Amino acid sequence: MASRKFVQATKRETLIIIALYVLFFAWWYVTAYGFGDDPSQYRFVFGFPEWFFYSCIVGYIGISILLWLCVKFFFIELPLDDEEEVKNNER
Amino acid sequence: MSGNAGTIVPLILYFILIMGIAFWGNRAAAKKSDTKGFMEEYFIGSRSMGGFVLAMAIITTYTSASSFVGGPGVAYNVGLGWILLSMIQVPTAFLTLGVLGKRFALIARRTSAVTITDYIRARYSSDFVVVLASLSLLVFFMASMLAQFIGGARLFEAVTGYSYQTGLIIFGLTVVIYTTVGGFRAVVLTDTIQGIMMLVASVAILSAVVSVGGGVGRIMGTLYAADPQLLTPTGAGGAIPKPFILSFWVLVGIGILGLPQTTQKCLGYRDSRSMHNAMIIGTFVVGFTMLAMHLVGAMGRAVIPGIEVGDLAVPTLTVRLLSPFWAGVFIAGPLAAIMSTVDSMLIMCSAAIVKDLYFYYVAKNDDKKLPPKKVHGMSVVVTAVVGVLVFFAAMKPPSLLVWINLFAFGGLEAVFFCPTLFGLYWRRANSTGAILSMLTGAGAFFWLNITKTRVAGTTAIVPTIAVSIIAFALGSFFGKPESAERLKIFEMEH
Repeated sequence: MASRKFVQATKRETLIIIALYVLFFAWWYVTAYGFGDDPSQYRFVFGFPEWFFYSCIVGYIGISILLWLCVKFFFIELPLDDEEEVKNNER
Repeated sequence: MSGNAGTIVPLILYFILIMGIAFWGNRAAAKKSDTKGFMEEYFIGSRSMGGFVLAMAIITTYTSASSFVGGPGVAYNVGLGWILLSMIQVPTAFLTLGVLGKRFALIARRTSAVTITDYIRARYSSDFVVVLASLSLLVFFMASMLAQFIGGARLFEAVTGYSYQTGLIIFGLTVVIYTTVGGFRAVVLTDTIQGIMMLVASVAILSAVVSVGGGVGRIMGTLYAADPQLLTPTGAGGAIPKPFILSFWVLVGIGILGLPQTTQKCLGYRDSRSMHNAMIIGTFVVGFTMLAMHLVGAMGRAVIPGIEVGDLAVPTLTVRLLSPFWAGVFIAGPLAAIMSTVDSMLIMCSAAIVKDLYFYYVAKNDDKKLPPKKVHGMSVVVTAVVGVLVFFAAMKPPSLLVWINLFAFGGLEAVFFCPTLFGLYWRRANSTGAILSMLTGAGAFFWLNITKTRVAGTTAIVPTIAVSIIAFALGSFFGKPESAERLKIFEMEH
């Protein structure tokens, strides 16, 4: 049987994923609608309208990097097989 | 209609390549000498997917004709706002794997689950739920595959100049044959190649659009001159109001936790490291493809204005901007996206019929009644029959079925979202809740779509998911809880 550790780890990892999801949504929403809605007032970054650059490009690259960091530091590699786990314990 | 040979040659070479890979991948299934071992190999590849392959399998199954043709077509008409909408899909891979991945993998190994239906069978003590799940999967998948076939053949027709039927025969039969012969292993191997093809295709066409348009800055200037609204998040003519775009966070955001063709991949990977890598690779690749292809649509308007039908935007840009050879290479990308969606659905239809329905209810879960040789033959025949049926339906597309496809995506979510997600995380979740949520979810979804009822400006999926969650919660509170023994498999007994 999988250990309590497995259940706890999956719970914590799920919470991290949900936090990332909420963060991506918040960034997406705030940058998309936060720069005003008059195209004649737009400023441009690398040729793209400011809102588009921050929401669609920075948001995408940012979440990819953040996800990579979260997985690297907080995700645990656990055996998925009960047998595999038994074998590891015997060693 | 005569076509362009320069375009079709790279395409045919590409199809031969993926067929070859599929036949090569087929050798593993032949070695299995027991029924369950065979089914585990044919339907889930013996749980051997590594990180890169898992990422590609999820992405390519999820991205379809609409990511390459329909979506960019809308972006052509309404501008950058539609790219904002498409970026809602960036978290697809990490959300699915992160929320469902590890628990699914553990349970799948404990119960030898090969399909989502197996998981549902293990979690809820109800044959009604199992049969309902299998049947809705079959109906929605077949409708969905049909639309993919039609989309693919039309695209082929527009780019190569050969007829609709020729396109359907070449790429439709390719996908049916390699899926039938190779099973799941062939599906994921070809998915990987197809994923790479999709990336290459989107880079090729995006760079062509940017260079012909004279750089991003000039393109944005041209768009502004044509219609300033093309540069806003609400789109030309205010086509993308906020409640509408926010409801896509349900349809292509959290709702994807209910799509069996994607969640099923969580049953088949090798170890947790593969899953971690797949989350990262998957997120990066999905975001890149969505951004690139929708930019092609939106910026394409500055390069070739005046395309009336949105769906023709990408094919027209391809033919006009790329040389015939490169147009052939490019078109392999969207065709790959289509084929990789169809192959996953095809193999799951076969699993639903052979394993979830026939093996359990006719052969009574008895290996002796269904030896490996027989199950092999049956799987191959069933996969081929389903594929060929859809193929013939696509030869003369019936209007009704195309209409049904519009609902396939949302319908699957309506049926599978609650039983899948709550079964993993909520101890009280029981069969009463599952039945209620599946029936009310599907019912509400059809009713909302048929009567075109809109709740607070959202698309139908938002009230649908809300209704099915309420039904699930009510059923679970008032119904009989699942036995402690059942929950033990899920580590929920304490």
